[in-house]
Amino acid sequence: MKSNLILLSILCVSLFSCVKKDDPIDANASSNAKVTFSNFVGSQPLTLQTKWYNNANGDSFKVNVYKYYITNVKLIKSDNSVYTENESYHLINEADASSHSFVMANVPEGSYTSISFLIGVDSARNTSGAQTGALDPINGMFWTWNSGYIMAKFEGVSPQSTSMDKSVVYHLGGFSGPNNVLRTVTLTFPTTMIVKKGTTPNVHIDGDVAEWFSFPNVIDFAQKPLLMTPGKDLVNIAENYKDMFKVNHID
Amino acid sequence: MKNKIVSIVFLLVLILTLWSCHTDPLLQPMPKNTDISFVQPANWPSPHYNFQNNTLTPDGFALGRRLFYDTRLSIDNSISCASCHEQTTAFAQIDHAFSHGVRNQLGTRNSPALFNLAWHTSFFWDGGVNHIENQPIAPIMNPLEMDETLPNVISKLNADPSYRLQFKNTFGSEEINTQRIQKAIVQFMAAIVSNQSKYDQVKNGKATFTADEQAGYILFQQKCNTCHAEPLFTDFSFRNNGLPFSLDSGRAHITGLASDRFKFKVPSLRNLNFTKPYMHNGSIATLSAVLDHYTSGLVQSPTLDPLLQNPITLSATDKSKLIAFLNTLNDYEFVKDVRFKQP
Repeated sequence: MKSNLILLSILCVSLFSCVKKDDPIDANASSNAKVTFSNFVGSQPLTLQTKWYNNANGDSFKVNVYKYYITNVKLIKSDNSVYTENESYHLINEADASSHSFVMANVPEGSYTSISFLIGVDSARNTSGAQTGALDPINGMFWTWNSGYIMAKFEGVSPQSTSMDKSVVYHLGGFSGPNNVLRTVTLTFPTTMIVKKGTTPNVHIDGDVAEWFSFPNVIDFAQKPLLMTPGKDLVNIAENYKDMFKVNHID
Repeated sequence: MKNKIVSIVFLLVLILTLWSCHTDPLLQPMPKNTDISFVQPANWPSPHYNFQNNTLTPDGFALGRRLFYDTRLSIDNSISCASCHEQTTAFAQIDHAFSHGVRNQLGTRNSPALFNLAWHTSFFWDGGVNHIENQPIAPIMNPLEMDETLPNVISKLNADPSYRLQFKNTFGSEEINTQRIQKAIVQFMAAIVSNQSKYDQVKNGKATFTADEQAGYILFQQKCNTCHAEPLFTDFSFRNNGLPFSLDSGRAHITGLASDRFKFKVPSLRNLNFTKPYMHNGSIATLSAVLDHYTSGLVQSPTLDPLLQNPITLSATDKSKLIAFLNTLNDYEFVKDVRFKQP
């Protein structure tokens, strides 16, 4: 009796390991994939509160708050088939390391060549009432007086700022018409990402805060230290930061 | 074996006893004033909000009502929603041009009446809130109103076991979060329907207008009905109705468009008897002064509504007939409806 059991377990374990090791990709099976965001200013890692940086205009600044929404994440295979994450709403908050990465479940096995996502919360969720999780207004990313999400938030200080307390504050909101700051980002992977049972590939994406203020619209902290209402100025920043992400590597 | 059964039975009895101890003081039968349902009145359009993803239940309604009347939603526990929205005045605040927030602060606009909100497509005088479920958190967080934070509200409610039980009864678990607070308050707010005025009874064939009221109704249909469209007596649009210049840019504050400057949401004409003073800034004290504004007080400006480019013509007798009609829009039932009272 006992020896039979032992034999059976050995058989099970060996079968299991076979599957794990060499089986070819099974189009009907699925696994996990992870995405990790790291924020920089130029080439230096972003450090809140203490480190000083310079923007393209030559203004120096510190960053106190840095948060943005990454939503509607899609992974694209070499054959152009697309995995769309379900309920895909992630708030990346620099101050909270646990928010810097997320794992997507039920990703079909296969070779993926690019990722796409929205910076910000899609217009549908801006107009469909009470939300929860990453979209809970408790996260401080929702305008109660003019319904809609703050898609990305930068708060810091700069000696060049002309605001009373030398603060520089940019709350990127607006989801419709000419005030729409939503931007879709598509990034091609430097190497193919293989999604396969038993592994969780991790896409490392670097974001550059300096891009907010540099190209094509140079932001002068003396002229525009505080931008917190939907309009052209915020759209200009969105046009800048839509290019702030790149895939560093996949492991 | 026998011992085992005895101990199991004992254990079960113990669990049941403890269970009943735990729930007994809190699980009271719901009072009758939670008999709530939402019925679209005959000949009314479909509501914009139909409790989709927020099924109206007696538990949810009672929870929402308790929150509406709870001063713990404000930073110093002094102000509730009902402070500026009193049932006896159609959930407006009579004789207050601007309502009072915490620390004796004055607001910037007249507290609007709350009824038939399920038909509204936007909220606040400037329409800045695009969904009824996002309305309740705005006054809670407004520094001039309740000036409270969501984490504080949640921790205050969590500290009260009877609230945790109500959230469990409504949503299936004790968790108190922003979304549940929003949805519960909306179960109360959106269930407030005012459709028992004399006008409604006339429309339903249960009453008849007097001669003056009927004459006033004809005048209303000729001169007012475009903006104050029946049966809700608003078309929910934003218009500049020619009030004297003020710093409040109204709808433009939300859209950023110069063409929206000084436009405000058209208010319903129901329940005017309870809701004076009138206008977004509470600047007109009486109904007859409101009519005088439209006949002789309109201030020209680039965004003045096209329908008001010329003053409305009304004789003195027209005005009294029109007021007779407007008075048929007062709903004396809903202002004393026990279901909407402070629990």
